[in-house]
Amino acid sequence: MFGLVLLVGLVIVAVTGLLSYAAYEPRLPGNDMTPGKGLLGFYLFDWPTHPVWMYRVTQGTHVILGLTLVPVLLAKLWSVIPKLFDWPPVRSIAQAVERASLVLLVGGAVFQFATGILNIQLYYVFPFSFYPAHLYGAWIFLAALALHVAVRLPRAIRAVRSRSLRRELRTSLAGTRPEPPDPDGLVPADPAPPTMSRRGLLAFVGGGSVVMLGLSVGQTLDGPLRRTALLAPRGREYGTGPNDFQINKTAASLGVTAAEAGDGWRLTVAGVDRIQLSRDDLLAMPLHTYALPIACVEGWSTEQVWTGVRLADLARLVGIAPGTAAVTARSLQRVGYFGQASLSTGQVADPRSLLALRVNGADVSLDHGFPARVIVPNAPGVHNTKWVRELDFRREAR
Amino acid sequence: MNRRADRWASLYGAGPWHLLGLAACFVFAGYVVSRVVGAGIWMGFAAWFVGAVVLHDLVLWPLYSAGDSAVRSLSRPLARLGRARPDGRRPALVNHVRVPVGLACLLLLVWAPLILGGAEPNYRAAVGLSTSPYLARWLWVALVLAGVSGLLYALRRWAAGRNAARAARDASPRP
Repeated sequence: MFGLVLLVGLVIVAVTGLLSYAAYEPRLPGNDMTPGKGLLGFYLFDWPTHPVWMYRVTQGTHVILGLTLVPVLLAKLWSVIPKLFDWPPVRSIAQAVERASLVLLVGGAVFQFATGILNIQLYYVFPFSFYPAHLYGAWIFLAALALHVAVRLPRAIRAVRSRSLRRELRTSLAGTRPEPPDPDGLVPADPAPPTMSRRGLLAFVGGGSVVMLGLSVGQTLDGPLRRTALLAPRGREYGTGPNDFQINKTAASLGVTAAEAGDGWRLTVAGVDRIQLSRDDLLAMPLHTYALPIACVEGWSTEQVWTGVRLADLARLVGIAPGTAAVTARSLQRVGYFGQASLSTGQVADPRSLLALRVNGADVSLDHGFPARVIVPNAPGVHNTKWVRELDFRREAR
Repeated sequence: MNRRADRWASLYGAGPWHLLGLAACFVFAGYVVSRVVGAGIWMGFAAWFVGAVVLHDLVLWPLYSAGDSAVRSLSRPLARLGRARPDGRRPALVNHVRVPVGLACLLLLVWAPLILGGAEPNYRAAVGLSTSPYLARWLWVALVLAGVSGLLYALRRWAAGRNAARAARDASPRP
């Protein structure tokens, strides 16, 4: 039962995770966080700019569903752990090799959950970069999972079919009888009297999932429901002003000062020509307003109303026709990841891709990227470069 | 042909597809490990990977098993408090302790860096806020879970008592 829930749930978590890899547009310069990936980070398609909420949904699902599955994983491991202390530990070569593969399965599962859960809390205690470790850990886990499913699925289906769910849901503790002996020897020969019915265990584990989900899903929502994210890293409130929405990284933490983002700031736009623009120059250009989400790889998201200059208009300004060039946006940021990010031809050409100067009617605050930040529909949050100092358009070889 | 298959099965312990699948799994995992080595993170990666198994199987599981037996042995005498009643007529207390404690521990396990403040330096720098509210939030959630569970227990006990009283009344001879 728990196994089948995990099978469906973990496949969704894995697919949304791999989609997030594609969303980073890893073939563009500087975007791939795992340059030595070989065959593992294969790339199938350009990440689209619509629907604008797609990354918000896929990455929110990846993180929130992962959190929701924690109690199911723990229950599954609890239900099979007697086999760990099996004696004699090895009965045949086949069993020995299969047990070795379980190290990859259990290690992979706990490793992936632990690194993901620590990463979204910004608790970087692991001695490696999160990106390659979480990608490679996923592949090891998926290999072991595929094998485990191939070997065990018939037995799992037989086990689920052996009991009627409806009847179990009507069976109280008084009617709960021990499991009949099984060929794997997992069922205890002489069990203690039950203290919890099977429906009680399902309710306990399901209750754990409901609690995990209910206290964290709010960080993917806007409006009053966002306040329900009591135990989630990014459902915080700053105030009620136009800039009081979730900050990913403050200016101070990345070495950006108000002075360098002040009156002396100039934006370099490079293409066929190379020009410099002040913030007033940008404000004098045609401005456009769109409601677009910021959706972070850490699973939180929020939609805000952005006003700014189209990236396509800036491309034209330096002699580049939109639809023919990708762009690399570079930030004033001095430390940390994502001081630059490259956007694809399609992302540059989308009319909703902005160099945003205002949000919700006010100037963007320093922590949200003043004097100007990129906002692109459906892109991962970190590709919406803040404190932009340079936009470097490059024609794509065709 | 059949004899050969039998000999293989008695030697190996499963069909040839079993070995083939496992070999494919290990070859692929080996390739992934070569990427991990290429990324220059293999030592930390291996330590955390094996550490994950050790932490779950030999630390976390013994801990919560021990916690569970403590809950079980404590809740039996606790349930006997109050009006004396035969055991069968009294709802068991154990799951009304086990479930709220288990759920609160689950939340603590997942969100420990926020609740206990381990993530404070990185969190404050990035988010611009402190992690300090999370401890109180977790305590409130734990309190609500315990309150709901206690209320349900009181209701069940009251219902069991009423049923027992009715059964006793029905069984007593009429004057």
